[in-house]
Formats: sequence, C-alpha cells, structure tokens
Amino acid sequence: MLYSIFVDPFVQMVELPDLLVQVLWEGVVAGVLYALIALGFVLIFKASGVFNFAQGIMVVFAALSLVGLHENGVPAPLALVLTVAIMYALAWSIERIVLRPLVNQPDIILFMATFGISYLLIGLGEFIFGGQPKMMITDQLMLPRGAIDLQILGGRVTVQKLDIAAAVIAGMMVALLAVFFRSTRVGLALRAVADSHKAALSVGISLNHIWVVVWFTAGLVALVTGIMWGARSDVSFALQIIALKALPVLILGGFTSVPGAIVGGLIIGVGEKLGEFYWGPLVGGGIESWLAYLIALVFLLFRPQGLFGEKIIERI
Amino acid sequence: MAASGERRIGDVVLKVENISLAFGGVRALNDVSFDIRAHEIRAIIGPNGAGKSSMLNVINGFYHPQQGRITFKDIARENFGPYDAASRGIARTFQNIALFKGMSTLDNIMTGRLLKMKVPFFWQLLRYGPAMREEVEHRRFVEGIIEFLEIQAIRKVPVGRLPYGLQKRVELGRALAMEPDLLLLDEPMAGMNVEEKEDMCRFILDINDEFGTTIALIEHDMSVVMDLSDRVVVLDYGRKIADGTPEEVRSNREVIDAYLGVRH
Repeated sequence: MLYSIFVDPFVQMVELPDLLVQVLWEGVVAGVLYALIALGFVLIFKASGVFNFAQGIMVVFAALSLVGLHENGVPAPLALVLTVAIMYALAWSIERIVLRPLVNQPDIILFMATFGISYLLIGLGEFIFGGQPKMMITDQLMLPRGAIDLQILGGRVTVQKLDIAAAVIAGMMVALLAVFFRSTRVGLALRAVADSHKAALSVGISLNHIWVVVWFTAGLVALVTGIMWGARSDVSFALQIIALKALPVLILGGFTSVPGAIVGGLIIGVGEKLGEFYWGPLVGGGIESWLAYLIALVFLLFRPQGLFGEKIIERI
Repeated sequence: MAASGERRIGDVVLKVENISLAFGGVRALNDVSFDIRAHEIRAIIGPNGAGKSSMLNVINGFYHPQQGRITFKDIARENFGPYDAASRGIARTFQNIALFKGMSTLDNIMTGRLLKMKVPFFWQLLRYGPAMREEVEHRRFVEGIIEFLEIQAIRKVPVGRLPYGLQKRVELGRALAMEPDLLLLDEPMAGMNVEEKEDMCRFILDINDEFGTTIALIEHDMSVVMDLSDRVVVLDYGRKIADGTPEEVRSNREVIDAYLGVRH
C-alpha cells in the first residue's frame, strides 16, 4: 500500500517522462483557465473587498451574448465588439442600481447583493438566449484548431493549438493587469478604494467611476474566460460551476493578488492532473473534482493569507 | 507662538451661511454661519456633540445640509459631494484616521496626487514618455512632503503597522499632497502625547507659514487652540455661540458657561 502511494507513482514518472510532460501540460492548461476565472474574482475583491458571487455567471453571460449575437446574424468581429459594449452596460447598471445605494454598507451586504445579481443574470440569460447549450464560435474568432505532436524525451506529446492560444492570451492579460494596478492612476485609485471608502473619497476618488471601471474589467476577463472555456466544452449554464474551482485557487494565491491567481491556478491545475493520473487509480479515480479543495484546505492551515496575499497586521 | 499678524490674511475663501443639518430628529447644526479667510488658521471648538465634525463633513461634501449655503472661492454650491470638494481644493484629515492601511506610506501620500495626474491612461499603461515624466514629478513632490513631515524612515512601511502618532502624520501628508487651498483638520492632536502634540503644532504652523495654506481645525486642547489659531468659532448644541479672536472667545460668557456646564 505504502509502496503504491509513495514510490510507484514516482517510478512511473521517471520511466515514462513523455507521459509526465503530457500530464503536466494538461495541468498547466487547466491551471491557466482556472487562473482566468480567479482573476475576475481578484479584480473585484481588490477594488471593493467583496467576493463577487456573480463572476461565474458573468462568464456564461458574456459567452452567451457573443454566441447569441452571432447566431442572429451578426458577424463575429462585430459581435465581439457588441459583447464588450454589453459588459460595459452591465458594469454601469450594476454600479448604478446595486452598488451606489449600498455605499458604506458592510461587505457582507454587498456580497449578498452579488447573489442577487447572479440570479438576475441567470434569468436574463435564459430569457434572452434560451437554456440550450451553444457551440462557441471558435473558427469565426480565428482561434486555432487542431493539435501539434511534439517529440520529447523519446515519446510523443500532443498539444492542442487552442490550449497554447489560451495560455498566451491569459499570460498577456495577466501582464496587462499587473501593470494596470501598479503604474496607472486608476490602479492606485482601485487599491485605495479597496482599503477605505472614506479616505478614498477625501482625496477626490470617485467611487462610482472606479466601480464601473472595475466591474467592466472583470466583465472583460469574464468574456475571455467564457471564450476559452466555451471553446473547450460548450457554452451553457453548467459553466458557472467551474467558478467554484476558483475558490481553492484564490485561497492559494490570495484574494488580492493578480500574480497569485496565476500561480494558484497553476498549482491547482497541475496538482489536480498529477493527482488524478498517478494517484487516482488507487481509489478508483475521480479525485480531480475534490483534490483542489483538499490542497486549499491544507494550505489554509499554514498560510491563511495565501501565497501572495497581503498579511494584514493591525495594531490594537 | 501665535500666528504672525493680520497682514498676511487675505479675503474670504469660504463662507458658510445659515447651515442647518439634521439626522432624523437630531439637529446636528442649527443655522450656523461663519467665514474663513485666506491664509488664516481657523479653529472650530465646542464641547462633545456640538456639531464640529458635522460642520467639517458639510464643508467637505460628506453631509448635505438641509438648509444653508456654502460659498467656496466665490462659487456658491448646493449639493456637492466629496469628489467636487477635493477637486476644487479642499483636503482633510479625520478624527479616527482614515488611511489605506495595506498600502505603504509613500503610496498613501501618492493617492493625494491622483487628481493632479493628467497623463492619459494609455501612456501610464506603457510606462513611457510623458507618463514617466509625470510620475517622477509627483514622486519628487511626495518625497518633499515626506521630508517636511520627517517620516523618511517609514516610507515603505504599510501604514497599518505604524503607531498612532505617525499614522496621523501620514494622513496629514496625504492631505498636503493635494496642495489644498483649504485644509480641514479634525482633531489633529487627539490621543497624542505632549511631544507628538508639539510636533503636530509645529507642522501646522509651518504648513500655514511656508505654503500659505488656509487651515480649519477642530481641537479640544484649549492651549493649542489659543496658540495656533487666528480666529475661533465656538459651537454648542449645533448653534454658534461665539466667533472671534482667541482672546475675545476666551472671555465670552456663553463660552465659559458651555465649557463649565453652567445651568441657565
């Protein structure tokens, strides 16, 4: 028993390195996609200290809008632009209707409000686009299709072109967001608003403006996430379940860190795939669905603020 | 130590007329009028619950009075928010410090420069050309303030970890970074020890002297108020009961009654 837990998997890894590379790659891709979802949460959490329960449904809503528009005869590039506009309209309305009346309320109230937004969007999405799963318009968006076979370490590793594209796009987005937070005035204002509304107001930061910006950015991230996830499976309301996978990622990476979301995503993704492939058979497989939470749980014991999270030390 | 003479004091910058503010049945301010002149240090004093902080919150746009008018730099305004106040040159500090606790001293003070940053977002994203120049410029300004307030050593420390007195100083720094025309200080010396109070007094006088900043402050320590201020407004139960130089106010019958709690 102990042998098959502690020795055998590693022997396999060494014996069949190409298989290990394949598993690692699968893990990295899954990780990148988790990271994308986590990013949406981080953005809103950073700027308003609120866990946005609606992020998962925003992913679905964005993807549905894109596909739905295209189905109704709008050419793909225009549909993309229109979807971006829809996400802006959504951000604006959320600020206007939900957030503005709740200024200075406790975070838990805002959190509950995001539940409301979430159900509203589910209803709205079903009402407008119907409940059936749709195909993502992968080709029309000029996303690559097919696979590349690589000869590595005496074996063959298959890499989907789409996955490469996803990794590249996610990487670019993260870099952009990191710069956005660090070196723009909006970034500084965002961090300020996250910390204290009162103080932010006193230096002339307009909360309303900042919230629109942040929800819009989260909407854009949701759109990219929706396209990427949608291209791998299909676009349906079941997609919002993957948002739950963002939780362990956030616990690992810290709720306030953009790089943390990426590293957390990769650890969860790779951990999941390795676990499933090498240790899964011991318990009959299927550990992929809960391993992430286990990793997060263990992590919480040792570093509750996450890998990159801000450790808040306050004087009392 | 008293501020130096009437000659440098200019025209009225802020005029508060017949302000009334109520929260439900509680009248926080009742028909209060006074003015603040350029370059002066104006104190607002009064017993607890007199409406001093409410007055600052009205001036700063946090509260909207039900009645009355406020004229700042010759422009009267009705309902305007803290954003408008800040962009027209009113900066403030708070009684119970409001800082960005997770951010460093430097970043905290830098937020005071936000309204002055004009370079388009796109250039900032690229960290290129005009954006770099602007950042260097603001950074230099902020360093100047850090030096002025003698907080070089804590430049990179997250302010949540600083002792109370230093947090107050950082908060003052952030307000100064806005290059305000009117600086509102809500109990800048509350909870400080004697040494810290003396430092803070010195800073306030220096700010007023060197930058010519108009200052309105709320303070409980009477000796501080008498030393610092050019003119004093006294509030009690939301009403103005006296207004004048420290000497006039000190000898005012009603003020003495309010402070000593004489029954009328």
